[in-house]
Amino acid sequence: MPGQEFRIALDGVCLTRGNRKIFRDLSCGFPRGQITVVLGGSGAGKSTLVRMIGGLTRPDSGTVQVAGEDITRLSERQLFRVRDRIGMLFQGGALLDSMTVFDNVALPLWEHSGLSERDIATEVTRRLQSVGLTGVENLYPRELSGGMSRRAALARAIVTDPEIVLVDEPFSGLDPINVRRIEALLTELNRRLSITLVVTSHHLASSLRMADRLVFLVDGHAISGSPEDLLASDDRRVVLFLEAEKDQSTEDYELTAGSSPAGGGGAS
Amino acid sequence: MRPRFVERLGFLSLVLVQNLGALAFFTLNVVRATVLRPYRLRRCINEVFDVGVLSLSIVCLSGFAVGAVLGLQGYDTLVRFGAEANVGAVVGLSLVKELGPVLTALLVIGRAGSATAAEIASMVTTEQLDGLRMMSIDPVDFVVAPKALALVVVMPLLSALFIVFALFGGYLVDVLLLGLHGGTYFSSLEASIEFGEDVVPSLSKSLIFGALVAFISTYRGYTSEPTSAGVSAATTGTVVTASVCVLLFDYVITALWGV
Repeated sequence: MPGQEFRIALDGVCLTRGNRKIFRDLSCGFPRGQITVVLGGSGAGKSTLVRMIGGLTRPDSGTVQVAGEDITRLSERQLFRVRDRIGMLFQGGALLDSMTVFDNVALPLWEHSGLSERDIATEVTRRLQSVGLTGVENLYPRELSGGMSRRAALARAIVTDPEIVLVDEPFSGLDPINVRRIEALLTELNRRLSITLVVTSHHLASSLRMADRLVFLVDGHAISGSPEDLLASDDRRVVLFLEAEKDQSTEDYELTAGSSPAGGGGAS
Repeated sequence: MRPRFVERLGFLSLVLVQNLGALAFFTLNVVRATVLRPYRLRRCINEVFDVGVLSLSIVCLSGFAVGAVLGLQGYDTLVRFGAEANVGAVVGLSLVKELGPVLTALLVIGRAGSATAAEIASMVTTEQLDGLRMMSIDPVDFVVAPKALALVVVMPLLSALFIVFALFGGYLVDVLLLGLHGGTYFSSLEASIEFGEDVVPSLSKSLIFGALVAFISTYRGYTSEPTSAGVSAATTGTVVTASVCVLLFDYVITALWGV
């Protein structure tokens, strides 16, 4: 595997949970400064892959290189050094529910930046504005909608300007407007700051729009390539997944259009 | 049949030893996080409020009720031997040496220990602890240590309050209801209880119970399965394990040091 050209590289990774083999000799890479979208069916191991890159799940065997370091050999304390360069958006947001939105976003800065309170306040407000959130600083996570909560979590993930951002299912449960908003935000982040983005998603249309590279997880293995490569792939498993996702997207669109009186109603 | 039983017994013993080892390691981590920088004073104060101040009403009310019952039962028994003048000593000694620390610990387990375990377990389920790890913040340092420290600090204070309210409950029943002279009640109390021999060991006992509840509840929450069943198991497990441990340790402490 040409490890040097990748910011993140997995090599020969195996992981078993109970009787279930999640990864069998999985190898794939994530290029520096590009958006890589990880696709795959439910239970394919997308979230596990992202957790593994963050050092939250350790493989049974194989190596996980992040920024040139094999994180599978590092202790929890040593991992903190690597994680300083990573931001992560969890599927459920993972905001601390005992703290306000402001405190949640400010927390990494309080802990690591050494900035003054005033600078931190300015930075937090700026980040919240960049994800389209204003006037929510004093709210608690339980007072936010799912989409708002995820955007606040994204603001927290990027507030320290990390080199790598891991984003787990950013579009699930979001309406089309918020999907577009998050998609634009992630793309802009990548283009403006050259952040290496790893995004897991079920959302094929968004993935094709934003991805520089796709990693398709199937049967514990990875099939990687550009979106064009994967669309042109004759691998039966890839074709089946892409067709099913396309049908689902069309169905969703028709349902949305059909259920809206004069085009303005709510989708299911 | 017998080999299977032996096999099962061996397996359970291994699990027990493994759990004890993990708890010891976890406890060391919590102590390290408490002693070393960064000191999270504001978080500790918040936890003391949650654990201590919010438990005040239940501890005071229970203390008052227990003292009233002790006063009633003690008077009833002693009057048969013409020794009702010693009821203050009976109420005071049983509260300070035994009931105060033990009942306070059991109340705190039910009120704050279970809540601590449930809160940490739900943070595991909603990936909040993983979120902290990804921000290079040690969850033991940020979440667990302040909660554990608060439980240790608060337990002797709550126990002291429990005892004071119980003495007041006993006084009300014996003096105002049963007609014992107030001076008799307090003089027998004062004559029988030594600060150094009774009160200090009682508070030390509470401190040990506080540490037990702190480590068990935080450990059960921290190591829970990330599911709703995991949260429930952590909560129940905390109440059962901590209650049994408090009662067992109570015997051991009493047997070893006569406290």
